[in-house]
Amino acid sequence: MIQLSAEERALRDGRDGPAAALALRVVAEAARMLGAERLVPISSAHIDGCLYHGDSGTLFAERLVAGDGKVKVPTTLNVGALDLLHPERARLAPHQAAMARRMMDAYIDLGCRPTWTCAPYQAGHRPSPGQHVAWGESNAVAFCNAVLGARSERYGDYLDICAALSARAPDVGLHRDENRLATVLVKCNGLDPRLMDEDAFYPVLGAWLGASAGARIVAFDGLPSGLSDDRLKALCAAAASTGAVGLFHIVGVTPEAPDLAAAFGAMPPAETIQLTGSMLHAARDRLSTTMPAQGAAIDAIAVGSPHLSVDEFRRLLRLLDGRRSRLPFYACTGRHTIDRLEEFGLMDEVRAANITVVADTCVVVTPILPPGGGVLLTNSGKFAHYTRPNTGYDVVYGSLSDVAETAAAGRLVRDETLWR
Amino acid sequence: MSADVASVSVARAEVVQPGAARGRVLRIPTLSFWGGVDPATGRLTDPTLPGHGESIAGRVLLVAEPRGSSSSSAVMLELLHNGQAPAAVVLGRVDAILGLGIVVAREMGWPTIPLYRLAVDVLDGIADGAEVDIGDDGTIRVV
Repeated sequence: MIQLSAEERALRDGRDGPAAALALRVVAEAARMLGAERLVPISSAHIDGCLYHGDSGTLFAERLVAGDGKVKVPTTLNVGALDLLHPERARLAPHQAAMARRMMDAYIDLGCRPTWTCAPYQAGHRPSPGQHVAWGESNAVAFCNAVLGARSERYGDYLDICAALSARAPDVGLHRDENRLATVLVKCNGLDPRLMDEDAFYPVLGAWLGASAGARIVAFDGLPSGLSDDRLKALCAAAASTGAVGLFHIVGVTPEAPDLAAAFGAMPPAETIQLTGSMLHAARDRLSTTMPAQGAAIDAIAVGSPHLSVDEFRRLLRLLDGRRSRLPFYACTGRHTIDRLEEFGLMDEVRAANITVVADTCVVVTPILPPGGGVLLTNSGKFAHYTRPNTGYDVVYGSLSDVAETAAAGRLVRDETLWR
Repeated sequence: MSADVASVSVARAEVVQPGAARGRVLRIPTLSFWGGVDPATGRLTDPTLPGHGESIAGRVLLVAEPRGSSSSSAVMLELLHNGQAPAAVVLGRVDAILGLGIVVAREMGWPTIPLYRLAVDVLDGIADGAEVDIGDDGTIRVV
């Protein structure tokens, strides 16, 4: 039985209106199903439930608006099904487009920030270590727990907005100390330092983790120090899409893991894995659904899952070095990044490179890629995982440098030396 | 059903979301509603799974190992809203995300379905295609 505080009972009994009462009931019912004994106050939320899957989700969001719903904590929004800055991008039928738009509007009416990004942590939403939050979107949850050290379970659609409207979450899972300790030690000290110095290593490491971790919490030891947010983002996204990874530790990065003893709560690891190059080669191969030869035809290129940062745009432009893409090239990002690209005068360079910028959404959640299918090249572990089931395209995984060379050549150019 | 699993004619499931149901069993070993079920039609969309192309609408769906994609609640809500939901869902372990779709449908005043949990070894003893009757106390009888 869930014990509710006086504040929670007041919400449930309608003090703050029908939507807040509904939200509290839903959170309490989720807590009961999960076996929680109480709710925990949260200090922020990130909402994944704003992506249109059918009319029911729109009607639910509008019910919350009609019931005077307002989020009680700072709340950001994940991608929707539309690019509101470039409405022609997504080829949705008129009814679906209208309902997706109504859904996005309803979430804004509830007081959420219209960030429309799967990288909220690069749009200024960075809770402090130890803070309880309720985040949806698997890559963001992993980043929140593993990099920021804030505490979130993996929130499903509609529980996320109910948590934001009631400022409460079930006190279970990764909210609790005892469920956050690592049990598996993964040693990276045997890997080639040149490999670990490549951006393309991090999605592959994430794909290995997603396939290997199961329900266990892994601690990586021996990764380079000073990892950029972009590398950590790629690692989290690949791990959370290929497996149900909500938390892992990187010794020296994760706030709870300044050293090995802290990561494991002074207990010995239940298991130790020495990571080898061949384990990573296998993980890298699993990110492609087809293995075309050097010089083979490629039908489209997509980058930006999670959404591309300004630094990633800069690296891409540097690698292109003034050359134009000869292939349909989609770069998915958020408004926070577009604003800065405009400010720095980089948007003209992006357009000159024949890159299509997709905002507010991405190419695996709504129909944007050219119809007819084919083979897509990406440097994203998350795109690699979702491209075939969601778009019908086959996928080839490569580095950002492979992406730039392939775009400029108009056919597949992949540097294999790194992985030999 | 594998040969070493005893056939079950009566079982007692834990009630996760309330209700009673009757229908023909559709048994899928593992399933994620998101990516595995078309929310518009209720059809099973994963070509690698048994039952691919069949509709879960009106069936008593038995899933030993639910996979908890965080958008499965949205798919369940959509199925309940458009009348393509199963008659009941019986899972080998509690999946709160799927249950949440049912909870939200009830809040919306839409028809809901019961959700039960049943130990996997017992669940595996109920034959695919069997006609079953489930009481609101969770008692499952093969008719």
